[in-house]
Amino acid sequence: MNAIETKKLTKYYGKSRGITDLDLTVKEGDFFGFIGPNGAGKSTFIRLIMGLIHKTSGEAVVFGKDVGDSRPEILSEIGYMPSESVFYEKMRVKDVLKLSAELRSKNCDKTAKELCERLELDVTKRINELSLGNRKKVSVVAALQHEPRLCILDEPTSGLDPLMQREFFNILKERNTQGVTVFLSSHNLSEVGKYCKNAAVIKEGRMLVCDRVEKLGHNGVKEVVLKGAIGLPSSEYIKNVKNTSEGISFLYNGGARELLNMLSTVDLKDFTVSDPELEDVFMHYYSKEDK
Amino acid sequence: MTLFFHELKQNRLSLLIWSGVIAFMTAVCILIYPEMAKQMDEINNMFANMGSFTDAFGMDKVNLGEFIGFFSIECSEMLGLGGGIFAAILGISVLSKEEKHGTAEFLLAHPVSRTSIMTQKLMASVTQILILNLSIVLATAVSVLIIGVDAPIKPLALIFVAYFIMQLEVFAVTFGLSVLLKGANVGIGIGIPLLFYFLNIAANMTDKLEFLKYVTPYGYADGADIVAENGIDLTVLILGAVITAVFIIFAYVRYPKKDIA
Repeated sequence: MNAIETKKLTKYYGKSRGITDLDLTVKEGDFFGFIGPNGAGKSTFIRLIMGLIHKTSGEAVVFGKDVGDSRPEILSEIGYMPSESVFYEKMRVKDVLKLSAELRSKNCDKTAKELCERLELDVTKRINELSLGNRKKVSVVAALQHEPRLCILDEPTSGLDPLMQREFFNILKERNTQGVTVFLSSHNLSEVGKYCKNAAVIKEGRMLVCDRVEKLGHNGVKEVVLKGAIGLPSSEYIKNVKNTSEGISFLYNGGARELLNMLSTVDLKDFTVSDPELEDVFMHYYSKEDK
Repeated sequence: MTLFFHELKQNRLSLLIWSGVIAFMTAVCILIYPEMAKQMDEINNMFANMGSFTDAFGMDKVNLGEFIGFFSIECSEMLGLGGGIFAAILGISVLSKEEKHGTAEFLLAHPVSRTSIMTQKLMASVTQILILNLSIVLATAVSVLIIGVDAPIKPLALIFVAYFIMQLEVFAVTFGLSVLLKGANVGIGIGIPLLFYFLNIAANMTDKLEFLKYVTPYGYADGADIVAENGIDLTVLILGAVITAVFIIFAYVRYPKKDIA
């Protein structure tokens, strides 16, 4: 079964673009990364799925149910962490969590307690006394305490310290092993590379690529480093050229023979050819139009 | 019902302050009546001869020398204007504050339909308006007992009923507007009852503007008229009920389709 499935999903805010013709499928049990720079439409997509905003055209289905029609039914299966963690300022953390549980007509005391202990969250504090990181933790607990089938997390780690980020991902991995689908939007590529099974890259509201995370690094693009080289012959396959003190590095998406032929014409001491990190792939996609 | 109680809890301090202040001012006004009554002949003459100012506040219609006349002109205005502003603040903010403060994303991520959210918030608001009005009724009753004046029950009750319905209408209008306007704020909210209030004053002042009575809820919630006629003007009241219904229905149709910022 698919946790999320969209077909030609489009959202315009008046005339300005949100997302355009987005086809995306997230299988149940997946750990899915949704990558894109600020303003690419990540949050627009998520808010459409959550029913906060309404599509202009296309289709969006969660667990086989159309997003437009059966909102409460869908939302009872989802744990959502918005990109900003805002709660009722004067309430205490435990009251916010209790309110959230009551709105779901569910007793979540046990899971909430466990999560708060793991994240070292003081539930007796008032929201307006909390730092950004601690508000994020409240958001994590509110999104996970009712044990949802699908977690939708919009840039969840910003504001969390590295130790808490690790604990947070440990919790997500445990849930994922139990069959929970995790959908994570991020512009932090190393965390997507580390934890996600599949990922999609979007740019200016459109899908660029969607594949297994390992494959995204193996899509024919090679990272080439030439030590001791000074100049490069111009080639349409070369992207993202960086001049360093040791030489030149660039991304190459042409054929192997052409690369070897080209290298034979360059004066160099040493060279390496490797699969690029996800970061470099990302740069590759985003620098396409700069060329 | 979770959200209903949550809403009441969030607003309890504001409700307490508004009820307290209006009840206090109404009580003070009633308590000075015996003092005023002693010099009432002069005052009555003065008030009756201020030309259009006299008309504006309906002082030509009632006898200020009687308690009920004095109450309808001097005291009930506190509830008329104060209650109207309170209702307007509730109406304009009860839904839009979630977006303004950024809590909408938290609230709407829960499996509660927007219609249910509206209904619970609407009920919580009506409950608060009712509590405010009951506190003023209580303050009035206690003050009347203290000064030991003979107060006729029927016109008093009618004034309170009319004011309560008027506040519901102000609430409905601002509630509907809050769904329509992007960035609806308390300023716009407070402007609505003030506008209604002055429309009624204008309607009282000259016959040419009398039609304005049918536009504003202060047209049927006019203490002096109620005392003079010993009843509420039903035509204006029914018109008010229609306006109330239209704005509430509009909000119910529009809000579920709204894109939450």
